[in-house]
Amino acid sequence: MASVTADVPRATGSLRRRRDSQIAWIFSAPALILLTVFLLIPFVLAIYLSFTDQRLVPGPLATRFVGARNYLRLLEDATLQRALFNNFLFALIIVPVQSAFALFLAILVNQKLRGITAFRTIFFSPVVTTMAVIAIVWAFLYNPEQGLINALLRSLSFGAFQPVDWLGDTRLAFPAIMFMSIWQGVGFQMIIFLAGLQEIPEALYEASSIDGAGTWSQFTSITLPQLRNTLIFVGVSTTIMAFKLFTQVEVMTKGGPQDSTVTTVLHIVQQGFRRQTVGYASAVAVVFFVIVLIISIIQRRVVVEESQVA
Amino acid sequence: MAAVAVSSGPVRRSKTISMIAMYALLLVLACFFLFPIVFMVVSSLKADEGQILRDMSSLAAFIPYGNISLQNYQDVFSRLPFLTYVINSLIVTLSIVVLGLFVNSLIAYALARIAFRGRAVLLAVIVGLIVIPFESVAVPLLLMVNRMPWIDGSASWLDSYHVQIIPFIADAFSIYLFYQFFIGLPKDLEEAAFVDGAGRFRIYAQVMVPLSRPVFATVAILQFLAYWGAFLWPLMTTRGDDFRPLTVAMQTFFGQAPRQWGDIMAFASMVTLPVLAVFLVFQQWFVRSVSSFGVKG
Repeated sequence: MASVTADVPRATGSLRRRRDSQIAWIFSAPALILLTVFLLIPFVLAIYLSFTDQRLVPGPLATRFVGARNYLRLLEDATLQRALFNNFLFALIIVPVQSAFALFLAILVNQKLRGITAFRTIFFSPVVTTMAVIAIVWAFLYNPEQGLINALLRSLSFGAFQPVDWLGDTRLAFPAIMFMSIWQGVGFQMIIFLAGLQEIPEALYEASSIDGAGTWSQFTSITLPQLRNTLIFVGVSTTIMAFKLFTQVEVMTKGGPQDSTVTTVLHIVQQGFRRQTVGYASAVAVVFFVIVLIISIIQRRVVVEESQVA
Repeated sequence: MAAVAVSSGPVRRSKTISMIAMYALLLVLACFFLFPIVFMVVSSLKADEGQILRDMSSLAAFIPYGNISLQNYQDVFSRLPFLTYVINSLIVTLSIVVLGLFVNSLIAYALARIAFRGRAVLLAVIVGLIVIPFESVAVPLLLMVNRMPWIDGSASWLDSYHVQIIPFIADAFSIYLFYQFFIGLPKDLEEAAFVDGAGRFRIYAQVMVPLSRPVFATVAILQFLAYWGAFLWPLMTTRGDDFRPLTVAMQTFFGQAPRQWGDIMAFASMVTLPVLAVFLVFQQWFVRSVSSFGVKG
C-alpha cells in the first residue's frame, strides 16, 4: 500500500494535531483490540503450539515443547498428503473451468437482450444459498440408486449410462463435489467479470469492427487483454478458495471414502477438534497458511508487474 | 457475443434464428442453476415420503402433485426447536453485521481522514492481516475461547452467542473496503462541518456515514452472506440446541435416523428461501457488493 497524503486541516496548530492523534487512536482502538485478540494472538499461538504437544482439554501430563516433531510427523502423514493433493487438484481444475464458465456467463448476460437481467439473477442465485444446507440437497441428487443425477445421465445417454454411487466411489466423490462447487460459486465470478466487461470502452469494439474483426478475434484481442487484472484477481481468489475447501466436504462425505475427498482444512478440524491434538493441528495450520501466503504474494507480484508495464 | 455473422441474404431471418438459439441457451443454463432449488422446494411440499423417493428419478421430481401440503414444515417445527435455530442465526449474524459496520468504518475513517503518527504502519498491518485465513487460526482460537472467562462468571466461552459474535466483528477486509471508499470522497462537506466546530465523531456520524451508504451496504451484504452460512466455527463451539445456528442444526438433523427427506427439504427450504427473497428485493445492491469485491488486491 502506498501511503496517502495527509490532510491536516490548515493552520490549526499542534494542539489540535495532538488531539486529533488521540482521537484517531480512540477510533481505531475497538477494531485493533479485536483484531489483536482474535486474529493476531491466535496466529502467533498457532506457530508456538505447532512446536508443542498441546491438547484441547489438558490431560494428566503437562504440555511439553517437542521441537520439530510435529513437522516431522507431517512428512509421514498420508492423509495430509492426500489432502494437499486434493486441494491442488481442486484448484487445478476449478480455477480454469470455473473462471472460463464465469466469463462465458458474464458475456452472455452482458448482451442487450430483453429479459437478460432475469437470467443474470437466476445464474447468481446459487451464490446466496447456504452451502451447508444446499450441499445436503446435492447429496440427495447424487443418491446412488434412484438419484436425479443418475436418472438424468441415463435418459440423456438413452439408457447406456449405468447408475453409479457418486459420493461412495473413491474416484467419483471428489469430482462430484467439484461439480456442485462450480454450480454454487460460478455466479460470484460471473458478476466480477461482468463488472470488468462493463469497464471496457465501447469504442474499442467499434473501432475493431470497422477494421472488420470478427467476434472471436475481438474476444482475444480486446476482451481478454482488457480483463487481465480481473482474470488475475478471479484466478487468485478462486485458488485461495480452493485451499479453504471445507463445508461441502464435511457435509457430503466427511473426507471419505478412504480419504479420497479429504482437504487440508478438514484435516485441521479432524486433528485439532475431533482428536483434540491441537499441537499437531497447529502445524498443519501453519503449512496451510504458508501456502495461502505464497499464492497471495504471487498475485501481488503479477499485479505490480502489470502496473509497471502499463 | 455468439451472434452469427451475416454478410448478405435474409438478414432478419437469421437474426431471429440466432435470437432463438440465444434464448434456448440461456434457458438451458437457467435450468441448470435452478434445478436443485426447484427440486428442494417441490420435494418439501410432498407429504408422502414414498412419493419423493419414487419421483426422484424422473421429471416428476419437479412437479408438485399428489399429496401436496405443508406437513413436512409442521414436522420440522414439531420435531425440532426450529425457531430457536432461526433466532440464534439471526442474533449472531445481525450482531456481527451491525457491530462490524460501526467498528470497521470508524477505524477506516481515522485511517482515511486523520493525520496521525503511525498511520502508514497501521494501514500496512491491516492490509497484511487480510491474508490470514480464519481457517488457519480456528484451532488455537478454539483453545483460547475454551479457557476464556466471561463476565457472567463462566470459565469458558463455549456454547454462547458471544463466542460466535465477538471474534468476527473486526474484519480487515471490511476496513479496507471502507478505507478505499472514504479516500475517494470529496472533503468539502467535512471541512465545512469542521469550520462550524463539529468534532471528529460528529463529522464521522453526520457527514461521512450518510455519504457512504453504498459501501455500508456492500460490507453488510458480504458479511451477512459469510456469517449466515458460517459452519466451521459454530460446529466447533456449540454443543446443544440453545445457541446452535441453522447450518449446524441442519447437519445434526441430516444425521438423524430415520432420514426423512421431506422434512430435510422443508428445513433446507426455510433456510434458503428467505435469503433468496431478500436477494431478489435488494438485487442491485448484491450485484454491486460482489463487483466491488473485485477491487481487492
